[in-house]
Amino acid sequence: MKFEWLFLTIAPCDAAEPWQLGFQDAATPMMQGIIDLHHDIFFFLILILVFVSRILVRALWHFHYKKNPIPQRIVHGTTIEILRTIFPSIIPMFIAIPSFALLYSMDEVVVDPAITIKAIGHQWYRTYEYSDYNSSDEQSLTFDSYTIPEDDLELGQSRLLEVDNRVVVPAKTHLRIIVTPADVPHSWAVPSLGVKCDAVPGRLNQISISVQREGVYYGQCSEICGTNHAFTPIVVEAVPSKDYGSRVFNQLIPQTTGEA
Amino acid sequence: SFYHWLFAHTTSEIELKTAPADFRFPTTNQTRHCFTRYIEFHRCLAAKGENSGECERFAKYYRSLCPGEWVERWNEQRENGTFPGPL
Repeated sequence: MKFEWLFLTIAPCDAAEPWQLGFQDAATPMMQGIIDLHHDIFFFLILILVFVSRILVRALWHFHYKKNPIPQRIVHGTTIEILRTIFPSIIPMFIAIPSFALLYSMDEVVVDPAITIKAIGHQWYRTYEYSDYNSSDEQSLTFDSYTIPEDDLELGQSRLLEVDNRVVVPAKTHLRIIVTPADVPHSWAVPSLGVKCDAVPGRLNQISISVQREGVYYGQCSEICGTNHAFTPIVVEAVPSKDYGSRVFNQLIPQTTGEA
Repeated sequence: SFYHWLFAHTTSEIELKTAPADFRFPTTNQTRHCFTRYIEFHRCLAAKGENSGECERFAKYYRSLCPGEWVERWNEQRENGTFPGPL
């Protein structure tokens, strides 16, 4: 195939396809829950849409002035009033039960995480800190994550989504992401992981993630933060646990050697 | 080889361990969790002494939770005697 290289390069990455309307592929139980809830609610949505549309079309048809020149004076009907009060109130209950269940399960923050990552928003880049391996306040695995300009993109890379340094996390591990900004409000949102967390100045917001499969997941700033709001993407790469250990080790060695 | 042994040995030292969840701070907002861990560490130092190894656990906790800039600022305030927390 002529464009085989295109699909081989892009298909494994969990970025949105061109003109995609639906959800990106889920990589966490949270996102899977969100997609399932959407499908459930959409079922009721279609039913209501069809039902109401039918009533509306019938009313327009049967009460057209040519078809029905003398307008009827229908004032009140007790039965229909009762029915159209009870049934509409039952539907939100069927929507609310799974919705609340998902909402409160997403709020679960009491599970002990294995890793804490700090995502610090700046205008207009991100800083990530892995501080679980420090033995002093100064020694920290910290790096900045800038977007790759459009001119520097290579074949297969996405416009407005790539960064120079990715967040690397182990798959199938409980993660704690601490989100905070250094200047103005930002947001840390990655659709495939089902997370969107505002970075509020002076506040540390926490989200819990458990990435279920290895891959590369893309996100963007979701809280308007200035001129380059559209140019502060997020890239999360989930790797096997042993690969994660190697990466952290390799990054810590130069600093440790420097101190010696 | 020696280097392979060294690498394999030291790689396993990267322990996947971080500050545990605290029931005092079950919400999304973890600002006071970070602040509390920092204060707990320095209270421990005051009680046990600088050379005691018992306080290292609390140090690990606040370093995991607090941004580096915050810790830097708090350290500066402690040296100046203007830290607002109950040390």
